[in-house]
Amino acid sequence: MSTTDERLADLLDRAVERDMAATSQLISALEGRRVGSGAVLEALHRAGGNAHVVGVTGAPGSGKSTLVSVLARELRDRGLTVAIVAVDPSSAISGGAILGDRIRMQDHALDPGIFVRSMSSRGSLGGVSAATVDAVGVLDAAGWDVVVVETVGVGQAEVEIMRIAQTVVVVSVPGLGDDVQAIKAGLMEIADLHVVNKADRPDAGKTVAELLSMLTLAGPPGPGGWPVPVLSTSAADSSGVPKLADTLAEHRAWMAGSGEGERRERAMAAARIHSIAKDLVLARLADPSATPLVERVVAAVAARRLDPHAAARALVDNEPITDLQLEKSA
Amino acid sequence: MREQLTAVEAGPIRVLMAKAGLDGHDRGVKVVARALRDAGMEVVYTGLHRTPQEIVATAIQEDVDVVGISLLSGAHMTLFPQVIDLLKEAGVFERFILIGGGVMPDEDVDALLAMGVAAILGQDTPPDDAAVLVRGLVAKRGARV
Repeated sequence: MSTTDERLADLLDRAVERDMAATSQLISALEGRRVGSGAVLEALHRAGGNAHVVGVTGAPGSGKSTLVSVLARELRDRGLTVAIVAVDPSSAISGGAILGDRIRMQDHALDPGIFVRSMSSRGSLGGVSAATVDAVGVLDAAGWDVVVVETVGVGQAEVEIMRIAQTVVVVSVPGLGDDVQAIKAGLMEIADLHVVNKADRPDAGKTVAELLSMLTLAGPPGPGGWPVPVLSTSAADSSGVPKLADTLAEHRAWMAGSGEGERRERAMAAARIHSIAKDLVLARLADPSATPLVERVVAAVAARRLDPHAAARALVDNEPITDLQLEKSA
Repeated sequence: MREQLTAVEAGPIRVLMAKAGLDGHDRGVKVVARALRDAGMEVVYTGLHRTPQEIVATAIQEDVDVVGISLLSGAHMTLFPQVIDLLKEAGVFERFILIGGGVMPDEDVDALLAMGVAAILGQDTPPDDAAVLVRGLVAKRGARV
């Protein structure tokens, strides 16, 4: 075993004993892709599968962080431990980020039953980062009852959270759009649960009505289906939050009983494998040993002796290309 | 080979920026946070009025490279030693680079450096110098597994 392997194995042993420092350092190791030989990844995966992973997504400023913070308090009052992964956007210019979700969660800093980790999206456009799923894996394996992933404030199309969370909560606020916005494809259709936050505002009822109307256009759910609820919350005074916690538990129970949970686990597993496989292929192409061939193929495509599809097949599948295509000078 | 990666190569530098104690002046900390962001770092900002306990718990959960504490209240000789003691108690003092920012007398700065604070940024530090300093401190520390 290498030093890295021993270190990671030790961190995992301590993380499952709810050691916050070890949990946190393990997340850092995975986020930095310092993964050693993979033995720990296997142990991590085997240990997981027990947490309820809840995704919270919605527009910037819709109150996600505040809502997650009061939800965490509610779940704690019910005797559950809560880990929160809060993602904020990275700069497209510098790659840096200001991670400010914690500002609204500081009340929990000293509660040993709440863990908060801020992440930047690190250039990823789906509302989470590539490492978010790894962080969720660590927290799940470490035995946290509920893992809440708060996405970047999103627009309409950032739906990566559906490949991480078992229950997706889409947070809306009054005044952002009309009933046509509500039937557009994308974010609105991945909700297992709609929450209209800032329900203390006067036009909240209209937003609830538009969401309900959008949902009825799809017709009633089939027998044993999940009728997507529209809840109202006001994170400012916690109203509606107990109902939200109840509904999250109901959704989890429905997933377990209906076979939908299993279907989604398979879909998430497939998505994860695809994404890792894609990374492996890209890493292979970026490997210095592949550089000479890559450069020759690139030159051939640029000179139009070879088409880019054939070039990709040559690099990934070792499909033969003729010397003529490769070598002839432009 | 992976084990030789420096923190810089392994990903962006992560910095916790906290306002400690009874001090509502957050203009400076925000300017520095923004400069570090523009230098490609990930800055976790805690907001105002954090206690030493909260700062240490947050540093541990966020596993940052650098813990930056800004205070302009004059309480630095009380709050920094508390943070240092708590980090040592938790067994993580060596893991973090501790820096401070604010207006402090020279003799206090020397005392804080002697306690293990890596650097104090005075009120006249140009923001970009803060980024260079943080990068230098992290590079000097080297890789962290």
